[in-house]
Amino acid sequence: MADQRVIVIGGGLAGLAATMKIAELGTKVLLISFQPVKRSHSVCAQGGINGAVNIKGEGDSPEIHFYDTVKGGDFLANQPLCKDMCYHAPFVIYLLDRLGVPFNRTPEGNLDFRRFGGTLHHRTAFAGATTGQQLLYALDEQVRRFETQGLVEKMEWHEYLGAVLDSEGRCVGATINNLRTGEIRAERGDAVILATGGPGLVYGRSTNSMVCTGTATTSAYLQGAKYGNAEFIQIHPSAIPGRDKLRLMSESARGEGGRVWVPKNPGDERKPRDVPEDERFYFLEEKYPRFGNLVPRDVGAREIYDICINQKLGVHGEMKVYLDLTHKSREFLDDRLGGILEIYEKFTGVDPREEPMEIFPAVHYSMGGIWTDYESTDDGFINHQSPRNQMTSIPGLYAAGEADYQYHGANRLGANSLLSCIYTGLMMGPGVNNYLKNLPEAASQLPSSVFENDEKRWKERFSDISSMKGSENPYALHSELAEAMISNVLIVRENDKLQSTLDVIEDIESRWKDIECVDTQDWSNPVPSFVNQLWNMIQLSKIITMGALKRDEFRGSHYKPEFDLNQPDDFDPADYLEYEEQKANGGVHKDQFAPSHVDYMERFEKNNEDWLKSSIATYNNGKPAVDFESVDTSLIAPRPRKYD
Amino acid sequence: MSRMLKFKIKRQDSKDAAPYWEDFTVPYKSNSNVISCLMDIQANPVNSKGEKVSPVVWDCSCLEEVCGSCTMVINGQVRQSCSALVDKLEEPIRLEPMTKFPVVRDLAVDRSRMFDALKKVQAWVPADGYHDLGPGERISPEHQHVAYKLSECMTCGCCVEACPQYSKNNDFLGAAAMNQARLFIMHPTGKNLRNERLNVLMQKGGISDCGNAQNCVEACPKSIPLTESIADLGKQVSKQFWNNLFSS
Ligand SMILES: Cc1cc2nc3c(=O)[nH]c(=O)nc-3n(C[C@H](O)[C@H](O)[C@H](O)COP(=O)(O)OP(=O)(O)OC[C@H]3O[C@@H](n4cnc5c(N)ncnc54)[C@H](O)[C@@H]3O)c2cc1C
Repeated sequence: MADQRVIVIGGGLAGLAATMKIAELGTKVLLISFQPVKRSHSVCAQGGINGAVNIKGEGDSPEIHFYDTVKGGDFLANQPLCKDMCYHAPFVIYLLDRLGVPFNRTPEGNLDFRRFGGTLHHRTAFAGATTGQQLLYALDEQVRRFETQGLVEKMEWHEYLGAVLDSEGRCVGATINNLRTGEIRAERGDAVILATGGPGLVYGRSTNSMVCTGTATTSAYLQGAKYGNAEFIQIHPSAIPGRDKLRLMSESARGEGGRVWVPKNPGDERKPRDVPEDERFYFLEEKYPRFGNLVPRDVGAREIYDICINQKLGVHGEMKVYLDLTHKSREFLDDRLGGILEIYEKFTGVDPREEPMEIFPAVHYSMGGIWTDYESTDDGFINHQSPRNQMTSIPGLYAAGEADYQYHGANRLGANSLLSCIYTGLMMGPGVNNYLKNLPEAASQLPSSVFENDEKRWKERFSDISSMKGSENPYALHSELAEAMISNVLIVRENDKLQSTLDVIEDIESRWKDIECVDTQDWSNPVPSFVNQLWNMIQLSKIITMGALKRDEFRGSHYKPEFDLNQPDDFDPADYLEYEEQKANGGVHKDQFAPSHVDYMERFEKNNEDWLKSSIATYNNGKPAVDFESVDTSLIAPRPRKYD
Repeated sequence: MSRMLKFKIKRQDSKDAAPYWEDFTVPYKSNSNVISCLMDIQANPVNSKGEKVSPVVWDCSCLEEVCGSCTMVINGQVRQSCSALVDKLEEPIRLEPMTKFPVVRDLAVDRSRMFDALKKVQAWVPADGYHDLGPGERISPEHQHVAYKLSECMTCGCCVEACPQYSKNNDFLGAAAMNQARLFIMHPTGKNLRNERLNVLMQKGGISDCGNAQNCVEACPKSIPLTESIADLGKQVSKQFWNNLFSS
């Protein structure tokens, strides 16, 4: 076929992995990014990347990794994708090793692995405490190699505004805004991949980079693509309070032995090191003897909330707890956690090798994202040749990385995101290539009218924005939106507050129209673009909140106390499997279980019937709607989670 | 009245426009860094004279010193603005764009030259393919320590801004790219492109353009041993030079 190419939007781990795989297959790629791809948000990742290589001889395996991932996600993830990802994880890590990532090593020179949340195995490969940066650099280097060979063309400092759809609704290109000149132009592409990362900025301050507005995926949603599980926002238990950003203190600090505690006496004003051992409350270790400080993030964040808000035991009476590494040697800490301890020290002025750190929960990651498809095989893996893999509900428009809604269900396990990003980017390559081969006609052959309409539409939109002369400052309005989301759509969710948040968002939406575009220059003006992004953030916050309002249950990161099934303390999840089996074989022997357990299991089952579904947001005729869709749980039967 | 912070910011409206200084005052808040103050200006873009102006333009992304975006010259010193805590800065706080790169607007500059330099030194491993070929070679923890340190370079530009040799009018590769050349020459398979890299370093803009001022290593926010990398390459380049002579 005539000249074909793929447009990849975003050069984080997912975008770079897709780019290099597709280029390897001989197809041209146009790589577009807000910023030089080497500065993408993925550099922030600290702790590591999961793969069951079993280097420590603990009997770890991809199957256990798969189970931990599905259980961590509270069974909301489509299982064939998780399975395929976990089985490919050792290969992904080996590939990264070959590409030069300076992973930490064992004395014998093998890759070293550390512990992370939600598993009992050493499964996380790491490069000091800047793993994301190191992985991103390795992929960036490979892409630069293809660039010199002419297979990849980069357009950095360009922003994706929307997909160009032909008369049949197929994506045939993307409208792009040059962030320097302000020129808006449609680029032709036979397929477009959105690898544009997460939307942390909807909450204002988070652990995310300043470009993580979710604007590209929201734009796709506004063009008709389905958006899945928007309400599942991960709150990370340990971040450092900050005025511009909530910097992360990686889970690896706990993986390497960090202990979380508060003084037993509320309002204890002594320095943490002066609080004697028997006056410290190691609440995670006490409540969860098996997983201890390494419970999954949803559990950790809720416990910290409970300690600080309900039990009023927060450090200095605030929403803060201690994360203590002072029992570890300096040398050990510098080798394995140097990068993040330096960040803590630089930004707080306190040396965490000497003093326990003060940390608190912060918005970190979006499990939800653009809905994407896949094709599974009979044995529960993925057919890597299928053009359906990672395709959104708009034909020809794909999504990958944090931008999509797959892999992590209702709660992501630490160190599974770097994996899902790179795995997906590589995995989808052959399918995208096959999609190109099967197209009736190349995008380069289409009449220019297909592209001109979109160009015109976006030019008008931006010229309207540039001439806005209202009274609202867009940055201040953004802070208000964030405030509403932080107050009511965070760890604990209540229906009346969610409802009132929707009203606040609507109010902000109407005030958006009264914005003043505070910079009117033509050259390198970030404001019109931000105003457009703010509009998208408003639309996204609506479906996050609507999803949260509609989902009347407690699952993973979505906690509604009103609908907590209150698992009995002495309940064993294995009983539920037994109960299900008896049921399938003709009837439950209720006398074999404690009555309170039977009652719990019945409620658990009913709850899954009602809610073990992905929420799907769609935008029709200017209005959002949230509906539900079934989840593929054919490989591991859903059961109650338990970590103690 | 609450305490105010004074800023003097060197602004430039476009690539070719003349630069000018503008003063801003921002209400003091504890735990501020230069970026949080620039954000305050964004939310209320009014200068010290009370005139409404366009918000200051600057680059930033991760805000935790790993992306390399937010480099600028703060009180005369090149550094990352995210980790520049205002409590530790003398007032008025002077912000200027880096001088070794073309200004895009205000504090934002165009550092594409640094990325181009990475192409010149072929800073990558020449991998056969992205299919399953098993793990890479075993590597000792000592080797990893050295490589990891070199690999922390975030292309922020502090080293070349501080370098007296690097200028808009020459094509010196600069410390960052040379350090990457060393990193890949150290790697068990990256070294397969060693000769190509050394030949580039032998040319104009290469190793001999380094004047050994050692400013780079001082300026590096990640404390990368840049001068050590340059010295190491220097030795390798001389050897290669003689090898080339005798084999031609
Ligand atoms: C502080 C922190 C630590 C973390 N640590 C870990 C960890 O240890 N392990 C782990 O597994 N995960 C970790 N995560 C999560 C993980 O880092 C991210 O989920 C992952 O890096 C996302 O990668 P991505 O490729 O999807 O997107 P990103 O890296 O966010 O890249 C998005 C790209 O899209 C571009 N882009 C976005 N919108 C547009 C647009 N409209 N137009 C043009 N370009 C656009 C951006 O410029 C960028 O190039 C961490 C996250 C944070 C915040």
